[in-house]
Amino acid sequence: MSDVAAVTEVAQQAVAAVAAAPDFKSLAVGIAMGLGALGPGIGIGLVGMGAMQAIGRNPEATSKIQTNMILGFAFAEAIAIYALVVALILKFV
Amino acid sequence: MASLNISIVAEPVFHIFGIAITNSILTSWIISILTIIFVLSLTNNIKLRGKLSKAQIFMEIIVEALYNLIVSITGSAKAKVFFPLVATFFFFIVPSNWSGLLPGAGSIGFTELLHGKEVFIPILRGPTADINTTLALAIIAMVMVQVYGFRYQGLGYLKKFFNFSNPINAFVGILELVSEFSKIISFTFRLFGNIFAGEVLISVMSYLIPLAVPIPFYGLELFVGIIQGLVFMMLSAVFMNMATLGHGGDEHEAHA
Repeated sequence: MSDVAAVTEVAQQAVAAVAAAPDFKSLAVGIAMGLGALGPGIGIGLVGMGAMQAIGRNPEATSKIQTNMILGFAFAEAIAIYALVVALILKFV
Repeated sequence: MASLNISIVAEPVFHIFGIAITNSILTSWIISILTIIFVLSLTNNIKLRGKLSKAQIFMEIIVEALYNLIVSITGSAKAKVFFPLVATFFFFIVPSNWSGLLPGAGSIGFTELLHGKEVFIPILRGPTADINTTLALAIIAMVMVQVYGFRYQGLGYLKKFFNFSNPINAFVGILELVSEFSKIISFTFRLFGNIFAGEVLISVMSYLIPLAVPIPFYGLELFVGIIQGLVFMMLSAVFMNMATLGHGGDEHEAHA
């Protein structure tokens, strides 16, 4: 009988430990999105910088440059969106 | 306080012959029917000269702007072939992106017992906020890219992927093959991520501070909706153009 009592005690401690564990899932969600936004942020800034310099050199070509700049933004932002989707799936599924 | 219901999976609202119809399928039917009725009614009363109706002028401005955009990407000969498909992507995706912002979408619904839990199921949900729709659009786009590649280059299109002249080209060919599939994934998640994240953002902002604060986020979502439609259209056109270019890459024609 003391075995049952000992096992029950261990089981209760395990449940308490799991319940008191820090919330790693929310931490993972935060880290996924935060780190995943670093690269694309710099990437979009670089695309924008290239576009600004090109427009500065050649203001007549502004609309052509603007169109390709938006395209470049979309590609770079897609990477951040992948990180966002991972974070959303972690949080809501 | 009401709880926040955010679900990545679109929930079924009713069943037809055993097939579950989700709220995003229902909304995409409504959008398609409205768009088709609008365009058909305009085309039946189309006027070539004289006083044009305002709706016709409005549509002509949009169609002409899009057509010039596609011509600047692909050149005027190929634009005639590619434009119907890519413009339809635009005219389907932009209303779909915006439909999640309408009052009533996401808030009017019923509660149901799903998997043993009481969930709130909205009747309308933006179609592009569901992975199934964006995946379908991406598959259509990439399959048509391959179709146009074969149509313009015949079996020589396969030389892009299976080029055994030297080991480097063979490796590049395999990379190209893998990148065709990764483009499907990237199309899907770009559109889904932008629109679903926008819906989550607005839900959370409205849940936290319902008064006045969500307004700039609605503006952001309107902007993002148009931009994502434009981007999907332009990227499809760019990939179709690249698939029909041929080896060496011709310069696309200079235009004034």
